[in-house]
Amino acid sequence: MDIILEGIKQAFHLLITFDPEVMGITLLSLQISGTATFISLFIGISGGTAVALSNFPGRKLVVSLINTGMGLPPVVVGLFVTIFLWRNGPLGFLEILYTPTAMIIAQAIIATPIVMGITLAAMQQLPKKLRLQILALGATRVQMVWILIREAKLPLLAAVMAGFGGVISEVGASIMVGGNIKGYSRVLTTATVMETSRGNFDIAIALGIILLLFAYFINLVLTQIQQRERPR
Amino acid sequence: MNKTVPVLKSKNLQVIRGGALILDVPFLSVTEGEILSLIGPNGAGKTTLLQVLSQLIPFSRGDVYFKGQIIGSNHSVIQYRRKLAMVFQEPLLFDTTVVENVASGLRIRGIKRSEIRDIAAAQLARFGISHLADRSAKTLSGGEAQRTSLARAFATRPEILFLDEPFASLDPPARESIIDDLERVIRETGTTTVMATHDRLEAIRLSDRIAVMNGGKIVQAGAPEEVMNHPADEWVASFVGTETILPGKVAEKNGSALFISAFGRSVEAAGEAVPGEDVVLCIRPENVTLSECGPASATSARNVFRGTVEKIIPSGAFYKVRIDCGFPLAAYVTRNAIDDLSLREGMPVTASFKATAIHVIRRKLK
Amino acid sequence: MKRINTVSKWGILLSIAAVLFLVSGMLPVEAAKAQKSIILATTTSTQDSGLLDVLIPVFEKKTGYFVKTIAVGSGQAMAMGQKGEADVLLVHSPAAEKKFMEEGHGINRRIVMHNDFIVVGPPNDSAGIKGLRSASEAFQKMASAGSLFISRGDNSGTHAKEKGVWKQTGMSPEGQKWYQQTGLGMGQTLNVAAEKKGYTLADRGTYLALKKNLGLDILVEGDPILLNVYHVIQVNPAKWPKVNAGGAKAFADFMVSKKVQKIIKTFGVDKFGSPLFFPDAGKKEDAPGK
Repeated sequence: MDIILEGIKQAFHLLITFDPEVMGITLLSLQISGTATFISLFIGISGGTAVALSNFPGRKLVVSLINTGMGLPPVVVGLFVTIFLWRNGPLGFLEILYTPTAMIIAQAIIATPIVMGITLAAMQQLPKKLRLQILALGATRVQMVWILIREAKLPLLAAVMAGFGGVISEVGASIMVGGNIKGYSRVLTTATVMETSRGNFDIAIALGIILLLFAYFINLVLTQIQQRERPR
Repeated sequence: MNKTVPVLKSKNLQVIRGGALILDVPFLSVTEGEILSLIGPNGAGKTTLLQVLSQLIPFSRGDVYFKGQIIGSNHSVIQYRRKLAMVFQEPLLFDTTVVENVASGLRIRGIKRSEIRDIAAAQLARFGISHLADRSAKTLSGGEAQRTSLARAFATRPEILFLDEPFASLDPPARESIIDDLERVIRETGTTTVMATHDRLEAIRLSDRIAVMNGGKIVQAGAPEEVMNHPADEWVASFVGTETILPGKVAEKNGSALFISAFGRSVEAAGEAVPGEDVVLCIRPENVTLSECGPASATSARNVFRGTVEKIIPSGAFYKVRIDCGFPLAAYVTRNAIDDLSLREGMPVTASFKATAIHVIRRKLK
Repeated sequence: MKRINTVSKWGILLSIAAVLFLVSGMLPVEAAKAQKSIILATTTSTQDSGLLDVLIPVFEKKTGYFVKTIAVGSGQAMAMGQKGEADVLLVHSPAAEKKFMEEGHGINRRIVMHNDFIVVGPPNDSAGIKGLRSASEAFQKMASAGSLFISRGDNSGTHAKEKGVWKQTGMSPEGQKWYQQTGLGMGQTLNVAAEKKGYTLADRGTYLALKKNLGLDILVEGDPILLNVYHVIQVNPAKWPKVNAGGAKAFADFMVSKKVQKIIKTFGVDKFGSPLFFPDAGKKEDAPGK
């Protein structure tokens, strides 16, 4: 018990004094997960909207694939990305294994189905007649899609936050494709695993607290969004 | 007003969905400035017809003409839609302020910001919601929201206004005042209007013409008075509120007077028919007068029958009285009349109606 | 109307700021990619000792190479070398290394340093092995007492050493109730042993680093079999043309250089009172001095 209390004390010390290593790891986490979320935002929202608003043979299959993708185990994504990026793998010539770029790719693959699935649900939940009303106001198809996306902006924000939440807390794929290299591909989650195995509880707890803060913040935004009502 | 070229015309419109023909309208035309109501039960095709006329949904066959020009390619559809406006039963407002909602049609058309401000303000004033300009659409009452939707529709100065049961979701006090305001604005602007409703009183009040729809077809179209008092068949008669519909046979014809035998009684009506012909008599309850039993008071009605009050039903402003005179007869009376006559269920009463108040439907002419 | 103007202006500014922030983070990434990089496969215990945290920056500054240190178990490190997925290995599993060299996967296997393994366990030492000079005798005693023994079970150098000692005893602990395999790194395995009050075989370096929080005592040490020798091996570029042969050689040369050997000699003294490793570069194979 003493060890844990001592660890917590030290953790706060590290946080309050903005220990450079901890801050560096945090910044890198934000950059990598932020970029991955950014990418997933574009692909996810446009893909989800396209499927929600259109009708084509095989649509049901696509929807179930998206929903399956939402539950894709991140570590499996890590495994396949690693295999592809190995020197002897199909994309080995790119030489991006054990780089932040590879982590961004893996995290984008993890986050995109999440954003896409929630976007799909959000767009389908808009009143069916709203589309007709927008068309009746004289909108072109492009204008209509844009207006619908604006109408669903809150659930879409929730989708992006869910995607971000999923990847900032991901560890398996990040270790596999990133290599947990100090100052380069070491992020909050991978560093926490390493520091724990080394017995450096103070640093591990400090990183854990930061991760919890992120989780809390994301939850806060999501709850705010949830509690708002739709207009008539 | 140019009455020669109808502002909206359609030919051979058909919509087939899931193998079934859900809309079949061979011809329809709307003249500039007129208010046309589509009435009919749920599923009659009113909404489908509105959406097809406004080119919001695809249709299987037919053509729609706006001011004589056929609406066809992608480009002309958008151009056409920008000349009309549609208001639905639900306000379908956007998640923003009232004034932004009203301006949305203008922004879609790329109108300059400075102009938008003035136009939007004018529409808000027109519908009495200027005080709500910066309120969020989520916080509005049903009536306020629908007014916003109407203001949004009029902001773009539509040449045709389509309304799909716009008052159906409103409670009575809100309804009355919105209907008043909408009627005023339509008349002021002279906007051609096509409105779908299942409330025939609304239709009678607002329209220049009524089209009765059933099963995807228009079964009768004409001025309200004509449709109400001269329904084309029993179904229309029943739908437009003819409470008393009686099958009968023409016994005798004397000039334009017909003597029809119904339920063993003789009823005198005015109309064209030949003796021996099977007909249907339509008697609107407003045209039936009740009086005390006893020596007949002087009345110009040719049809006087004695019967028993079966039931008295409160019906809005009036009371509907069902009487058994050997055949079922319905009458509308005021509260005062009930008190004057001390009408009670089971009481004997005399009912009378003019020969001219009867509408005769000739079975053979279909 | 004014409200909307302000909102969208702020929205645009925020988005631009966000993008710039994100992009700025990627610049060092691109810079790193531009440099030539080496993939060094080594063991978790080597990384956990903190020695590489000192040596790698020196190497990078000197040569300009960017070192990607991938810390896994010796077994997995050699597997990576076999597939050409690493450029140079720093491992401590002599028997497996010999096989690796025989099969032609590596070139230039050179001794770098050694430390030793120790048998640690709970202070009450229910199996009574404290002070024994023979590791195999200690293992035998633990087996007969049925005392809880935590194994790494991950084909690491440590695990290989442990299996070697069991072999010496002629016993097979697999499947016995008191023999538990974690599949984890050295630090975590020590933590598990401490939690469960069991015995385990650990390298001195990791033990010293975690000692203050563990509550486990050193019970057996000094048996020659417990020596833990580290070698650096360059992956054979003839077999795998894609490896960074120049970088691998530079790193290997670096590890056996006089300067680095001096650093190794004094590493850990200020923190733990005794060095964690003993430099051996240039010494005869398999006969490292103490």
